[in-house]
Amino acid sequence: MLRLTCPYCGVAAEETELAPGGEAHLARVGPEGNDDAFHAYLFERENPRGVHFERWRHAMGCGKWFHAARCTVTLEVFGTYPAQTTEPPAHIRAAITAKRPGWAWRGLS
Amino acid sequence: MKRYSAFAIAREALRDHTGWGRAWGNPEPRRRYDAIIVGAGGHGLATAYYLGRNHGIRNVAILEKGWLGGGNTGRNTTIIRSNYLQDPSAAIYEKARSLYETLSQELNYNIMYSPRGVMMLAQTEHEVRGYRRTAQANALQGVDTEFIGPERVKALCPIIRLEGPRYPVLGALWQPRAGTARHDAVAWGYARACSEMGMHVIQKCEVTGIRREGGRVAGVDTTRGPIDCDKLGIVVAGHSGRLAEMAGFRLPIESVALQALVSEPIKPAMDVVVMANTVHGYLSQSDKGEMVIGGGADGFNNYTQRGSFHHVEETVRALVETFPMLSRLKMLRWWGGIVDMTGDRSPIISKTPLEGCFINCGWGTGGFKAIPGSGWAMAETMAKGEPGPLAAAFSLDRFREGRFIDESVAAGVAH
Repeated sequence: MLRLTCPYCGVAAEETELAPGGEAHLARVGPEGNDDAFHAYLFERENPRGVHFERWRHAMGCGKWFHAARCTVTLEVFGTYPAQTTEPPAHIRAAITAKRPGWAWRGLS
Repeated sequence: MKRYSAFAIAREALRDHTGWGRAWGNPEPRRRYDAIIVGAGGHGLATAYYLGRNHGIRNVAILEKGWLGGGNTGRNTTIIRSNYLQDPSAAIYEKARSLYETLSQELNYNIMYSPRGVMMLAQTEHEVRGYRRTAQANALQGVDTEFIGPERVKALCPIIRLEGPRYPVLGALWQPRAGTARHDAVAWGYARACSEMGMHVIQKCEVTGIRREGGRVAGVDTTRGPIDCDKLGIVVAGHSGRLAEMAGFRLPIESVALQALVSEPIKPAMDVVVMANTVHGYLSQSDKGEMVIGGGADGFNNYTQRGSFHHVEETVRALVETFPMLSRLKMLRWWGGIVDMTGDRSPIISKTPLEGCFINCGWGTGGFKAIPGSGWAMAETMAKGEPGPLAAAFSLDRFREGRFIDESVAAGVAH
């Protein structure tokens, strides 16, 4: 069973306590966006085989949304971090690089 | 290839079954094919088969990184039905169901199609209204379904408990001509027929790259060397996103784990398929006597073919409250498969931004029932370069254009 530590309340929550929220760091398209950009925002997903960033909600706990960095092949969790950011913080990226050198996700590495 | 018949069995019985030979070849890949299909599961093999049978394209290779039918074709709960709400879905699933009816004869391979009937239980007022509507839609589409009351449900499936602790059975959507088939045999039967037409089914051959020349597909790189082709069909379910990346485009798809399990075999207890979508579990009994149980999909991306345990718990709980006699059964096997979920939970059969490259994916949690229809429509799309009437609505650009085929309203998860 997947276990994620909530970065807000510090509880090591099991999957049944959490609600999955899909891919993280999607940038909402503004009024200047065209159809292609809106299509990409709504439907196209990284769906990577390997390092992935996701949104989760500590639904049966403190109720906060947060982010998790995870591997979709091994189900290993690299770390969790608060939701108030548009990209993964440096210490999370360093933790991933230590275990998955050369990883890449949507232009990040 | 030996033709299978009662006479052949009698002849082989007299010579110790030494004359059967291989059911399909194990060829070395050639340098070039007219068409390459990536993925030798049901959908890929059916695509190749109908390319040869309907369109005369027989210089075809089907490449498989693992073994034949070892992905979701061998991991599903073998249910075949076509009681869909939307017209495009009803058309392609009904085409598939009708092809399944005569597939054993056509392939000369017993796929054990059993039209035992499928009922989808209505356990809330909302579901009653939804299934009544579906039955009306099916009548217009030429799909034979009816809405039946609780007494008929109990008569058709005596082991069911109508007054469930949470959700009483208020009725069901009943499709008498739906049923089950032997899933491995579908892959094996198509593989044998493809091999007989001179096609190459190449196992243990993983595609590692897609070569492009001037905006057109030129061939693939594989673990057994490069192979050229005019047309490329990607039919790989859970790994569609990886292949699309190699071909230089993106898909509206996420891959998640879906689970199933079977019990120890028991004496015949039910001769229909029952799907309970509100409590979420579905059940049928195999010819061996095992109760075959389908569960829910996980909510997060996963490539491990291993699902979360709590979904199994939810599924078993749902089935025990609907079928109390199952509560003492031991479970024998439990497995997962990686399914490709689209934004509207309907499949994609389409041209792609790369000329000469076609994709068939997004069957999500319910691809097995569609195999012959999917192969038929994909073969037509590949042969003509344009989608035919069955495939047109399932194009990749429907998300951009907002033409969703929204079955999730009607079917929740199990569809």
